[in-house]
Amino acid sequence: MPPSADWQSVPPQWTHRHLLDLERLTPEEIRLLLDTASLFKEATDGCRRKLAILAGSTVVNLFFENSTRTRTSFGLAARRLGADVIDFTAASSSLSKGESFIDTAKNLEAMGIDAVVVRHATPGTPHLLAKHLGVGVINAGDGPHEHPTQGLLDILSIRERLGSLEGATVGLVGDIAHSRTARSNLWGLTKLGAKVILCGPPTLVSDRWREFGVEVSHDLDAIVPRCDALNLLRIQFERQNTRPFPSVQEYAHLYAMTIERLRRARANLLILAPGPINRGVEVTAEVADCSQSLILDQVTNGLAVRMAVLWLICGPRAAALPAAGGPLHRSRGSIV
Amino acid sequence: MGTLLIRGGRVVDPSQGIDRVDDVLVRDGLVVSVGQSAAQTLGRADETIDAGGLVVCPGLVDMHVHLREPGREEDETIETGARAALAGGFTSVACIPNTEPPIDTQAAVEFVHQKAARADACNVFVVACVSRGREGKELAEIGRLVEAGAVAFSDDGAPVADAELMRRALEYCRMFDRPILAHEEVLELSRGGVMHEGLVSMVLGLPGMPAAAEEVMIGRDIALAEATGGRLHVMHVSTAGGVGLIREAKRRGARVTAEACPHHFTLTDESLRTFDANHKMSPPLRTAADVEAIIAGLVDGTLDCIATDHAPHAREKKMLELDRAPFGILGLETAVGLAVTRLVATGRIDWPRLVEAMSTLPARILGIARGTLRPGAVADITLIDPGLSWRVDVAKFRSKSVNSPFDGWTLTGRAVATIVGGRVKHRLDR
Repeated sequence: MPPSADWQSVPPQWTHRHLLDLERLTPEEIRLLLDTASLFKEATDGCRRKLAILAGSTVVNLFFENSTRTRTSFGLAARRLGADVIDFTAASSSLSKGESFIDTAKNLEAMGIDAVVVRHATPGTPHLLAKHLGVGVINAGDGPHEHPTQGLLDILSIRERLGSLEGATVGLVGDIAHSRTARSNLWGLTKLGAKVILCGPPTLVSDRWREFGVEVSHDLDAIVPRCDALNLLRIQFERQNTRPFPSVQEYAHLYAMTIERLRRARANLLILAPGPINRGVEVTAEVADCSQSLILDQVTNGLAVRMAVLWLICGPRAAALPAAGGPLHRSRGSIV
Repeated sequence: MGTLLIRGGRVVDPSQGIDRVDDVLVRDGLVVSVGQSAAQTLGRADETIDAGGLVVCPGLVDMHVHLREPGREEDETIETGARAALAGGFTSVACIPNTEPPIDTQAAVEFVHQKAARADACNVFVVACVSRGREGKELAEIGRLVEAGAVAFSDDGAPVADAELMRRALEYCRMFDRPILAHEEVLELSRGGVMHEGLVSMVLGLPGMPAAAEEVMIGRDIALAEATGGRLHVMHVSTAGGVGLIREAKRRGARVTAEACPHHFTLTDESLRTFDANHKMSPPLRTAADVEAIIAGLVDGTLDCIATDHAPHAREKKMLELDRAPFGILGLETAVGLAVTRLVATGRIDWPRLVEAMSTLPARILGIARGTLRPGAVADITLIDPGLSWRVDVAKFRSKSVNSPFDGWTLTGRAVATIVGGRVKHRLDR
């Protein structure tokens, strides 16, 4: 059900204080996020105009890991909604003086902010902040765990072209082991009824993903002809303890999306890449720039998705949420 | 010191095959006898404890605790750790030498003994380093450490990575009949890991520590123990495969013993979904199948004993990202409750087996004259209320640290009195 577009209050179906991951959202909640993003895109002439419905709110970009694109996208989305934005990067912080990231965030909270957009190299850091802070927390990437807005913008880009994800076949190719984008895509896509194929060498793609109902393949040539969309994930050299393949050349030989491979695909195969891409490793220049490439759609849709998320987290609510805290507030080890 | 009569409790002492309601009489710090007739003939005791409804057993022995002193007194001291032990029902602990500096000299052993004597809480037995400086390069002066009173040897916190050094340590220790307590981990396989490598680590994107990292090393050390005739004690077994290797080795007659930790028979890697660093320890929490294998190992005796691997870390160190927080979990003050709740109340083991696992066998493995209520034995005795339901509250812990994932849990079974050398050193306020 699409939300009303009067922007008076957040749709009552949205009951979350934070956006931490897609794994624990329902299909309805994911659809609501996508629908809201589409509405924002329409209402702002493709994310080009302002819609100052969060005027007076303050959003902090709390980035413990380098990022230009995501930080810029969140900052611009917040400004399009009229919110004030503070950029806080670890390099300029007191973290180097030994302060814990929780203390840093608590200090920012005390300044009277409404939401924290956090990126961190360690999985779960946004979840810990959500447990310790009283403001909304938006995960902008936590190590190899999740990057929910990236997953949503990828899915939105595919949905715009295919109309629906139901029954679509989407290949996620590359460094699944170290990719937060892969995980957010996987949960979002499967919840919306798409068939997901994970493809890469066994050192980067565990067969155990099959236990979640997805297909695992180590042969790109075998899966390309069956896909409606391919999401070409970056090799995360910086997150790898050891080299999971003998050489970049061998990897590219086996898994780079080349024009030759594109010729064996369906004519309307959609190509996505979350970027920044290593051209020639995951995808060759001809493919990245081909007519089926959604790489620039992804950038625009990133703004739309982030406007939607900021609105849902920071916007006024018709009814108060239950007392602070998600499941983590009742954090409890599982007894077996 | 006079006489102490513990009346009418269920006396459980596997060292003598005793499990019956009876009295225990203590005089001048030693056990006189178990039996009503003896108590009656003595007449009136100086002090009497009514133990009706309680289990009365030889004092519990935790052969694996980290007391942090010297060097990390912000986490724990010998005194606070020994008091936590008493509160948990332990009359004896063996402290692991990964301190700063490590306990690898006679002077360091003597330091621990003196601090423990000054604390005047539980008995503290010293495990000394296998290798000089815990560097894994050359043997520490094991003979002189034995003379100073070291009861066992371990580089725990890290494995003895060098197979030849491990072989020599096992071989050399034979002449003192002392065990090597082994932390089993192939570091190359677990490097960078923060949790068990499996489905959950895959989903969470957290670097994993595969079961094979533990099992490969257990396999190596069993082979070395069999080749040398040395005594190997496998610490904190956490995987089903590890239990299987030890079971087979024992069947062949190898001189191998092993321990399990309460957290490894209680929690699984699913706990890491909280991202709470209190669930981070080494070896890590494994899967439900591993938990079942650990319990089965305790049931059939493959895993001889329960030890806590009590590993305190100051609160601020655990309030960090999972990869920056240190490994370790408190154990002393929740061990009895977890063991009773998970193993006895569920019918998996009976009280004699529990007492054997927490007193008789750890004392025997360490070669210390504890773990028995035989006439003449030192009167280290623990009284446990087997049905007491209580809520874990880390704010009330005697330990200096609070890194327990069990905060807020309701457990069954708790030590209500801890008697060391005939003196009541701890009594639960109720």
